[in-house]
Amino acid sequence: MIPEPPKTPPPPPRRRGFDWHTALVPGLISAASIILVFGVLGWMVANNQNWPRIQLQFFNVEHMIAAAPRVVRGFAINMQVWLIAMVSIGVWALLLAVIRSLRGPWFAPFRLMVVLYIDLFRGLPALLLVILFGFGIPALRIPGLPNSGLFWGGFAMVLSYSAYVCEIYRSGIDAVHEGQRAAAHALGLTEWQVMIYAILPQALRNVLPSLMNIVVALQKDVALLSVIGVRDAVREAQIYTAGTFNYSSLVVAALLFLLATIPMARLADWITKRDRARRLQVAG
Amino acid sequence: MIEIDGLTKYFGDHLVLDRINLSVARHEVVCLIGASGSGKSTLLRCINRLVEPDWGEIRLDGVPITDASFGKTGLQRRVGIVFQSYNLFPHMTVLDNITLAPRKVQRMNRAKAREKALEMLALFGMERFAKAYPEQLSGGQQQRVAVVRALAGAPDVLLLDEITAALDPELVGEVMTVIRGLKEQGLTMVIVTHEMGFARDLADRVCFLDDGRIAEDAPPAQLFGTPEHPRTQQFLQRLLDGGRL
Repeated sequence: MIPEPPKTPPPPPRRRGFDWHTALVPGLISAASIILVFGVLGWMVANNQNWPRIQLQFFNVEHMIAAAPRVVRGFAINMQVWLIAMVSIGVWALLLAVIRSLRGPWFAPFRLMVVLYIDLFRGLPALLLVILFGFGIPALRIPGLPNSGLFWGGFAMVLSYSAYVCEIYRSGIDAVHEGQRAAAHALGLTEWQVMIYAILPQALRNVLPSLMNIVVALQKDVALLSVIGVRDAVREAQIYTAGTFNYSSLVVAALLFLLATIPMARLADWITKRDRARRLQVAG
Repeated sequence: MIEIDGLTKYFGDHLVLDRINLSVARHEVVCLIGASGSGKSTLLRCINRLVEPDWGEIRLDGVPITDASFGKTGLQRRVGIVFQSYNLFPHMTVLDNITLAPRKVQRMNRAKAREKALEMLALFGMERFAKAYPEQLSGGQQQRVAVVRALAGAPDVLLLDEITAALDPELVGEVMTVIRGLKEQGLTMVIVTHEMGFARDLADRVCFLDDGRIAEDAPPAQLFGTPEHPRTQQFLQRLLDGGRL
């Protein structure tokens, strides 16, 4: 038998007040657990018989302070190269991706060129390219071309990274629904206009999180230029080490890199999360 | 106004359109009905060459538009299309969606395009959504915006590809009202639909497609009342049994 339904809807469930117990206990347990595990690890490191030597070689505060000015100066170069390379890669790779995504038989040779480009530069180690361009081209002494290793090393980074970034852009372009292309064509837009007004804005929004990851990776890989004698943070630290036989300068460089990359990584995470939230909202 | 002669289209080895002949007069509204996969949408998309036919000819006011030499861009300006899934650009406001083609294809200046777009939106009672993004609108509203967008280029012919199929039943009416208004203004339309009420109500002629051929072509009263072709009878009987007629 079905019970008689109540005349009025039942009241909303009573809301619980703030409960210190449920709010605090898990947090306290986590904190205690973290302190315990890290404490034991720290104790093990500090009581290791080799620790004083490690400390002397890597975490020597005097050497760190002494090396800091030149390493920081070097790091400024890293940041400059990073910024310029980032912009160049972003533009150049976008151009490649657009060419690769153009349809129509007339674009075939250009599409092929982009495919070959990607195969070539994605298949070669960035280090090899940096050495090849950074040492090789200045050695040619071709008049009219810049002969700085910094320029050609950076150029090699752009070539190499563009191959990856182009593929990221392209995946974003491919992910735009076919109906968008059809709709844009149906409005009478040309192939280029379809790309610029309808496809690309959506594609870029799709790939922003992936691009942020590349930006973080690039920030570190600029250090590759140190092998061709560019006096970046790593190179400056090495020079200091060569004179003092102490590695604390490299730790300074390491700290600088972390200082720069960790906020970028957090930013990338945040953008990814926001993007995901937005998509879910749209799907709902 | 539109004359289609022997239009044939294969998808791989599958014959989708088989020697279609059809003509649509100016101010005429023709509905294409038929089972899924009968080639209705493909036929429609051949008319503005979103799909390239393999054989046959389509003439628009006597000009063969299926010639390779004929500029697609010019054609697509004269023939508007509205899709089942609206396909509005999600990154643009309603206003930008509508003014994109007038500005970029017809080189109208921004202010004028905007003014015209607002005028048309007002006509459909949608002017308050000009600044909204498509995803903020209901399906019916999005579809009405898509109709306005297709009309913004002042096309001679409007193609409608199952424009109510993705809508909740209670939203179908608002879109149908818009289309009825367009018919009264004398716009030439070719409509693919599963909505038999739509066809009966609006069409001057209804074509029943079966396996890539036009099996029957008649005024709605005749086609729905006394269908001649056995396949048409079968199709309508199935709809009747399914409670959709």
